[in-house]
Amino acid sequence: MTTTQAPTGARTGASAPAPVKKQVSDRAKAERKLGWMLAGPAMAVMLLVTAYPIAQAVYDSLFDYRLTDPENRSFTGLSNYVVVLTDQLWWQSVGVTLLITLITVAVELVLGFALAMVMNKALKAIRPFLRAVILIPYAVITVVSAFAWQFAFDINTGFVNSWFAWLPGVSAETDWFGDFGTSLFVICLAEIWKTTPFISLLLLAGLAQVPEVLQEAAQVDGATWWQRMRRVTIPNMKAAIMVALLFRTLDAFRVFDSIFVMTAGANGTETVSFLAYRQTISRLEIGLGSAVSVLLFLAVVLIAFIFIKGFKVDLSQARGDG
Amino acid sequence: MSTKEKTWWYVAGIAIALYALFPIAWIVSLSFKAPSDLANGSFLPTAFSGENYALILNGDASSLFLPALRNSFGICLIATFISVFLSMFAAYAIARLDFPGKKLILGTALGVAIFPVISIVTPLFNLWRQIGLYDTWPGLIIPYLSLTLPLSIWTMSAFFREIPWEMEQAAQVDGATTWQAFRKVIVPLAAPGVFTTAIIAFFIAWNDFVYGISLTSTGASRPVPAALGLFSGASQFEDPTGAIAAAAVIVTIPVVILVLVFQRRIVAGLTNGAVKG
Repeated sequence: MTTTQAPTGARTGASAPAPVKKQVSDRAKAERKLGWMLAGPAMAVMLLVTAYPIAQAVYDSLFDYRLTDPENRSFTGLSNYVVVLTDQLWWQSVGVTLLITLITVAVELVLGFALAMVMNKALKAIRPFLRAVILIPYAVITVVSAFAWQFAFDINTGFVNSWFAWLPGVSAETDWFGDFGTSLFVICLAEIWKTTPFISLLLLAGLAQVPEVLQEAAQVDGATWWQRMRRVTIPNMKAAIMVALLFRTLDAFRVFDSIFVMTAGANGTETVSFLAYRQTISRLEIGLGSAVSVLLFLAVVLIAFIFIKGFKVDLSQARGDG
Repeated sequence: MSTKEKTWWYVAGIAIALYALFPIAWIVSLSFKAPSDLANGSFLPTAFSGENYALILNGDASSLFLPALRNSFGICLIATFISVFLSMFAAYAIARLDFPGKKLILGTALGVAIFPVISIVTPLFNLWRQIGLYDTWPGLIIPYLSLTLPLSIWTMSAFFREIPWEMEQAAQVDGATTWQAFRKVIVPLAAPGVFTTAIIAFFIAWNDFVYGISLTSTGASRPVPAALGLFSGASQFEDPTGAIAAAAVIVTIPVVILVLVFQRRIVAGLTNGAVKG
């Protein structure tokens, strides 16, 4: 940037005051140096703990490499990717992951919005209490939450079967973890319980930004509750909604803990993260596992890209970079 | 507001409290069930029993649980300390200085925050075995930084932006030295933000499961969530449910207390970093 020449600046249009930047004052230079000195170490550590491993994963994914048989490590190019992408197991896990993501994010958005509305308008006397209580699921370890829900539905230790025996299809003998649909139901329930508070707090922050005068004006004009919601509230907190959606979608797509605890991938409930874990850690197939990891990484990047470009999520909002 | 309306707010409040506390109450209740009582099919134990707690605190399962508790506390505290220390400087630079790398740093933090953990685990698993970091504290502390550091940078930058930095100059005009101005004015203003960031970073590290099960193999470094996930009873004839429930309660209570005491700050920290007008 420092060497930007005037003609280039002129050609790229008047959007940036490029010519001014040509002469960076000593003060600005010193500030830049100090900035990097202060922020550099944090930046370097971040890159070291992520960029390096993912590069290594890309490299490893090009080899036929099993830890049980390290002597026979051989370069196989993209064949690991071919193996993964032509395997039904991969597509099954992608499908399950997408299904869980879709269900949990959709339910959480509605439920989180409702919670945020209540917290926003609740009596002053109970507001602090509500905000404290809603944080509890967020702070509970995911594994603990998964166990709590699993034990509740478990055929031996649970109470759900005896409480809900009046529902058709539920009896003392109902084995919730015995087939795909019911397993997925409990998994989603646990995920929703644990992560809705996060969404609702983000939405609450967004709600607080909706100008009160607009609400009042709409009310004076005789707008119904639903009209105010659709025309005033939601458009004014679109940024907060999109940021919450982006974070939760990416988070849900990485779902692992609950799967591990509740089903360990049984009955077709294996997710992409679990598949990568099983290939690498349990089967010691470093090459294949790396390929799955890289594909998962690419999927996450793709989702983020779709959100940012497609839905125009303003990440300067997300960064608090107002 | 009419009494009727008030009643409705209280009902809504109770519903939210039930939502948040019900699974916690269940795991607490379960932890007090004696082994013979586990399958009683009801929410509450028939008789309260401390057997599960005895089992994990000084019985057969204590050799699994207590080292894990120590590992979790140690590893998470160190990882939190390192990331808070590093991001303090980064956040100061981002909040106070004007330099072109700012956006890049915040962008990188965002990128790292959305990184799928499992993608880091695969290469680290192999590398750690080769260089001897597998199943050690540093072997977990280093990858934990990928969870705690981006969040710390974000949260703390958001807090630091709110600090009225001109107070520092005002103090200097009033005759304070640079150091005094920093220590007496800026430090007290910045401390709550640093502290809140530390709590949130600790939660994130405390919650980790993927690194915990993948990069450890013994009680030398296995943290609590991983130990719980792999817990299969002191002997194969024993149902681990009660022990898991008791251990879950023990690791959940401190977190719940932290949340209740510092809720206002934690909410501010979580949302400031993420949504800001």
